[in-house]
Amino acid sequence: MCKRILGAVAIVACTSTPASADIKIGFVTTLTTPAAVIGRDMRDAVELALEHIDHRMGQETVEVIYGDDEFNAQKGKQATERLVLRDNVDLVTGYIWSNVLLASAPVVLNADKFLISANAGPSPMAGRRCHQNFFNISWQNDQTPMALGELLNQEEIQTLYVVAPNYVAGQNMVAGVERSFTGEVVGKDMTVWPSQRDWSAELSKIKAAGPEAVFMFYPGPAGPAFVKQYQQAGLIESVPLFSVYTFDSISLPLFQAAGIESVLGSKMTQFWAPDMDNEQNRKFVAAFRDKYGRYPSFYAAQSYDSIFFIKSAVEAVNGNIQDLDGMRAALRKAEFPSVRGTFRMGTNHFPIQNFYERRVVQDTEGNWTTSVGPVVLEDHQDPYAGECAMEG
Amino acid sequence: MDYVLLVEQLLNGFQLGIILFLMAAGLTLVFGIMDLVNLAHGSLFMIGAFVGGTLALATDSFVLGAVLMVPAMFVIGVLLETIALRTLYRRSHLDQVLATFGLILFFNEATRLIWGPEGLVIPLPDFLEGTVALGAGITYPLYRVVIIGVGLLVALGLYLLVAKTRFGMLVRAGASNRTMAGALGVNIPALFTLVFGIGAVLAGLAGLIITPITQAAIGMGEDVLILAFVVIVIGGIGSVRGAFIAAVLTGVIDTMGRSFLDLLLLLVLPANAAEAAGPALASMLIYILMAGILFFRPQGLFPPRGATVIQ
Repeated sequence: MCKRILGAVAIVACTSTPASADIKIGFVTTLTTPAAVIGRDMRDAVELALEHIDHRMGQETVEVIYGDDEFNAQKGKQATERLVLRDNVDLVTGYIWSNVLLASAPVVLNADKFLISANAGPSPMAGRRCHQNFFNISWQNDQTPMALGELLNQEEIQTLYVVAPNYVAGQNMVAGVERSFTGEVVGKDMTVWPSQRDWSAELSKIKAAGPEAVFMFYPGPAGPAFVKQYQQAGLIESVPLFSVYTFDSISLPLFQAAGIESVLGSKMTQFWAPDMDNEQNRKFVAAFRDKYGRYPSFYAAQSYDSIFFIKSAVEAVNGNIQDLDGMRAALRKAEFPSVRGTFRMGTNHFPIQNFYERRVVQDTEGNWTTSVGPVVLEDHQDPYAGECAMEG
Repeated sequence: MDYVLLVEQLLNGFQLGIILFLMAAGLTLVFGIMDLVNLAHGSLFMIGAFVGGTLALATDSFVLGAVLMVPAMFVIGVLLETIALRTLYRRSHLDQVLATFGLILFFNEATRLIWGPEGLVIPLPDFLEGTVALGAGITYPLYRVVIIGVGLLVALGLYLLVAKTRFGMLVRAGASNRTMAGALGVNIPALFTLVFGIGAVLAGLAGLIITPITQAAIGMGEDVLILAFVVIVIGGIGSVRGAFIAAVLTGVIDTMGRSFLDLLLLLVLPANAAEAAGPALASMLIYILMAGILFFRPQGLFPPRGATVIQ
């Protein structure tokens, strides 16, 4: 197993011994920088999935080679190039960040290989730049915030203040909420990403604007920092905080360690939660907690799904992965046990699925986690699918 | 415009300026006196946060952790200077940049190995939580008031140290003319080590004091470092007074830009364009300020007396 993170020695060792596996999967994620906590969750989930399938897809042995995007679009593209051109992987998956995915996608697609995003769902890939060999196994960026906008309507929120980072996913999140929210957006701040970690100016503006609720999106370790400052500014009791992709199994232990009790009960929307009741999810969550001693995040859930998704296609073509058409047909069916339960693949190769209300709770052992609630959007398809004119 | 918001944003800018000053004070002394470009100063910011945070968690007291952090950072600074940086003084700036950039990578990776990729959260003691009413309808987070207070105290202490003590006299002499100070019998290597140790403590303090707000993360010092370089260039390299004024100026302008620029742009641009251009322009403001000041005063606002312009 090649783990690039071990450094030059490992790379030499890896390249000098020819890979023994029949199928090589490239997995690009963030393994360094503060965002590496997300990458670790994804890699742990992939390793768990490989264990559960005994490193086999049908008759074929399978190996995953990891690439580090260093939280940077250019570095992510280079990591993708190394996987595609040097390691000659059969398909590429992973990708946390929308900007990394957009920069890297041409590398994989021009090499006539399948690209499966395990997290990032930027709007261009769902619409104008959709591609017959690109699939997304998570969601399109706009969908979860669209569900959140709907949740805000249900909660009868009239005035909303929006804070999000100024990059493609942040813009998609804000656009998503604005698409479905029927009240008035009284203020909006798009902050410098990823460097800005102090929101004093934005928090003062929120206080001055006096909205009924705040919507925010800060993935990874930036989220707890924002909420902490939100609390220090005295806002958390008076203005409820709604979010997407911010309270998850990565950030909640940090909140708990910092004793920020006020996040308990906080609402968000999501397609999945650790306590979702289906066989695959029960098995995944129990095994993940058993092996790593913590709850899996949605990043982990999607990464786990991505391996089973690929496996279903490899088995459909009896291991003949050069049969791109056969693989594609199988991927379009998405017939595999997903941790989110059943869903369909849309014509633009993005999932059509339910989005649920999710809230922060304390489990029976006292750990802070998230719990799934009622469906907010049922069988939801992203709004860009109509712009996708796919060939083949 | 709402004056409460305006005052709050001024305080926010001032508080950012205080953090920048703590970083820039050490940086400007090291650059001014030793002529060393130390990119690893940002790593000291990060190490201060992690070491101080660990001490705070171990002693179960944020204040005690902060107090213990001071000697710890001094020792780390002295060790770093004697082991790694001392060999770089006679080398070119490019060599220094390369070597200290290497140190950044080293420290980032070391931090990841010791503390893991998830960083560190330091809870605030209860008496520092919450907000204070400053009168006239202005409420402000108590902890940010504390940051401003601590920063002002440190600034005062540094002023007294540099302006009123024999050590300070030697530091100023070194900043004005290193060779001459050495020729007059000042033990320059010992002075360097001491100054570097103090710079490390200040950077560490800045890192620790901001951590309850932003949390400790790997590489957290790098963005602050860039701003600190802007500050010392604006303030005049080697001048602590210049660093203070430039830091406050930078902090306030940056915060004001982030707060009000999009509103100003709305007056002349359509909403969509203003929304997109506002944050972009706001993040450029301080660099525009720096370019403007460098054009009129290449030596910065308050260069040390007798110092030659950096070539």
